[in-house]
Amino acid sequence: MKITPIIGLEVHVELETKSKMFCACPANHFGQKPNTQTCPVCLGLPGALPIPNKKAIESCIQIGLALNCSINRLSKFDRKQYFYPDLAKGYQISQYDEPFCSDGFVLLDSGKRIGIERVHLEEDTGKLQHTEINGDKVTLVDFNRSGVPLVEIVSKPDLSGSGQAKEYLKKIHEIIRAIGVSKADMEKGQMRLEPTVNMNIDGKYTPMVEIKNINSFNFATAAIDFEVKRQVAEFEKTGFEKTPTNKTTRGYDPIKKVTFLQRTKEEAKDYRYFPEPDIPPFIIEDDVVERLRQKLPLLPDQEIANLVKLGIEERFAKLIYDKPEIIKIINIIASPVGASHDSPVVDINRLASLIVNGKLSTTGDVKAEYLSLTKVGSTDRGELEKVIREIMEKNPSLVNQYKEGKTNLLGFFVGQAMKATHGSADPKTLAKLITELL
Amino acid sequence: MKQLHELTISEVHEGYRRRDFTCVELVRHFLNRIEKYNPKLNIFLALNEHALKQATAVDIEIAEKGIVRDLLGIPMAIKDNFLTLGISTTAGSNILRGYLPQYESTTTRRLLEAGAIFLGKTNMDSFAHGSSTETSDFGPTLNPWNPDRLPGGSSGGSAAAISAQLATAALGSETAGSIRQPSAWVGVTGFKPTYGRASRYGVIAMASSTDQPGPIAKSVKDCALIAKIIFGQDAYDATSSPTPVEKYSEFLDKSDLRGIKIGLVKEYLLPTMREDVKRLILDAADKLISLGAVVEEVSLMDPKYAIGTYTVISRSEISSNLARFDGIRYGHKRDTFCPESKRRILLGTYTLSAGYYDAFYKKAEAVRTKMIDQFTEIFKTYDAVIGAVSPGPALPVGATKDQPMFGEMEDILLEQSSVAGLTGASVPCGFVDGLPIGLQITCDQFQETKALMIADCYQRNTAFNLFPDLDKTL
Repeated sequence: MKITPIIGLEVHVELETKSKMFCACPANHFGQKPNTQTCPVCLGLPGALPIPNKKAIESCIQIGLALNCSINRLSKFDRKQYFYPDLAKGYQISQYDEPFCSDGFVLLDSGKRIGIERVHLEEDTGKLQHTEINGDKVTLVDFNRSGVPLVEIVSKPDLSGSGQAKEYLKKIHEIIRAIGVSKADMEKGQMRLEPTVNMNIDGKYTPMVEIKNINSFNFATAAIDFEVKRQVAEFEKTGFEKTPTNKTTRGYDPIKKVTFLQRTKEEAKDYRYFPEPDIPPFIIEDDVVERLRQKLPLLPDQEIANLVKLGIEERFAKLIYDKPEIIKIINIIASPVGASHDSPVVDINRLASLIVNGKLSTTGDVKAEYLSLTKVGSTDRGELEKVIREIMEKNPSLVNQYKEGKTNLLGFFVGQAMKATHGSADPKTLAKLITELL
Repeated sequence: MKQLHELTISEVHEGYRRRDFTCVELVRHFLNRIEKYNPKLNIFLALNEHALKQATAVDIEIAEKGIVRDLLGIPMAIKDNFLTLGISTTAGSNILRGYLPQYESTTTRRLLEAGAIFLGKTNMDSFAHGSSTETSDFGPTLNPWNPDRLPGGSSGGSAAAISAQLATAALGSETAGSIRQPSAWVGVTGFKPTYGRASRYGVIAMASSTDQPGPIAKSVKDCALIAKIIFGQDAYDATSSPTPVEKYSEFLDKSDLRGIKIGLVKEYLLPTMREDVKRLILDAADKLISLGAVVEEVSLMDPKYAIGTYTVISRSEISSNLARFDGIRYGHKRDTFCPESKRRILLGTYTLSAGYYDAFYKKAEAVRTKMIDQFTEIFKTYDAVIGAVSPGPALPVGATKDQPMFGEMEDILLEQSSVAGLTGASVPCGFVDGLPIGLQITCDQFQETKALMIADCYQRNTAFNLFPDLDKTL
């Protein structure tokens, strides 16, 4: 039986603009006293009208650009209609058929390309709080979050496992943070995840399942893994296949680590989208897009690639790409211009490794400290012995061969030890020690 | 000598300057008239309890600085769909009964800043859903010319307030005919601006893509004075236009209409229209010719197509706009919506449903584009088009019963221009059966000055701008 999960992801990101999407209220709602950041617009009072936030639109376009999307010249807002007590107007202003950005992609480290269907802008809803007042169970509404700008990033169903999903999500997270439009703090609900999962089982497709409102990468991974197993088991039991109408929505319970049914398609909503008549459509000119593209910082993958080009191993590059102070120091110290015959060349990878591992601080005379740390022979005898013993334990047959007279294997052991100490040990000392130990 | 309630805006200001009367006296005069006639006519839903106090402040201001604000001390009647801080606002619906707005609409704020005094809020079709005031949850307003007749709507209260002379000027709003049709039915002057000319902020929305506030007053000149105050871009309305506002009143008082080319819309002389109504429109055309204008017959799309287009677009938007009255807030449940609002919510919900959107809403938008194109073509040659405002005079009270398309039929001659977002005036052009008939003078988008100029010249050269003697008609 050949089983391939088919996974798509919807990611919601709250933008950290100064004001809300359609009014002048502050967008930073976290930890504020309920209903203190509201006005007629975000309360949806009669007669109130939305004024789109230019900065939020620019941020949305920047996200689209960073995700390799094309920016649509014509764009508009639409009304998405549904009833919920936290939705002040009875509709959410969102984008339906003409989003700001479409057709992008994210490259995973494996080189796999994950398509981005669209990146659009909408408004967040208020928040319901279920509580008890004087013994009565009540539901309170806080409209501070109502109207906060929300970017929705919709992937194509190109992911085929929870590992890929997690990598994709991490990349989106890093990109959003790199652009600086949001800290995408999952704990504050600034980034929310909705995987859609079904399975290709020997060419047959299981019914689609959308998992709602997950707020951590690990929960997303666990929810997907659970759903994969559940759908395979379900298919084996029932043989039900995907139809245009049997998509269901499930929630994820992080305590029981299971997904649970929320609603079936029969209960699914018809959102009755239509163009928002209160906001004229937008024409996004090329020069505006270019200006926003110019403003984009280097993105994580570009930063990492640049570091790798400098000779830093990718695993270190990934750890330091977003720490400009470290990169600056590495650039200064490891610069070949600074090296001469009386100033030994710095091993850039060794330098990065020491900094990442906290063995080398980035303040003070870093170069001097580096040189003293890596001074030939500086590593103490005990440590070297430990390293050598480890090598010997790993290569028992070579040890035997050496003992049987194949003394030219000494070079191999020295080489291994040099590698293990990142070239900090003195080869002669090593050779002496190895001979003794062998 | 004219009585206080008969004065136009400039005449009121003249009276203040000459110390003929004070603002307090004028406001008290209107309040007395309202007390006397409103129980019969049902024009005001709420009165501004601070009106006299505000009038006192106006008198002090006049004594200290003279009249430096354009509408200083002008008593006005405000349609009840404008949010007015501290004055109950219901849009004629029980679902908002007792609602006190938390903010002031842009239009009423501009009027207040210009010194106007609000006497109160006027009756209207519930949520502006109608052309008669009969869908109001607070009972219909009656026509001051004949209390057996309707005043039209939805701004029927504001129009009747001018006709009955219970205010110097009034504020209305139009989605498709709601200023011009009641103005015609009660024989006063109404002016609907281009879509985007006035701010909709703080106006309880009916159909967002055609709603526009506008003045209803004793004369074109008064409309022009109010227009200058309330028109103009608003930072709170993204659909409001940055096109500069002109001092419209300075373009009035033309002695003739030489150089003006007017199209008499053939299709607006409906086959079903009474001959005497048609006659009045043709007389108006002759009058315009005698004033020097060139009047030629022009042809537009059959107005019946406007009914379908307008109905689909407006119902769709209504169903969405009324969703916020969800029964959780504002204190009343959704079943307090009037039957007409319920019908409109249902129809709009249907036309926007998956699978029907393309067949209805999208098609209606396509026809709307065609209408706009056709007007663009006409206005390349003509400065204005004219026709009757309404197929006939005011209909009897009760006429809307079992007529769910009543408004659409009565507004058939106004829907095209509304859907196309044009500007237009309604001015009295004669009487049939003792009831006024209105002439529409419609111009291209942002040609407010032209529409007002033509309407003003026609009005000053005709004698139809009359007001009923309530002691005789009631």
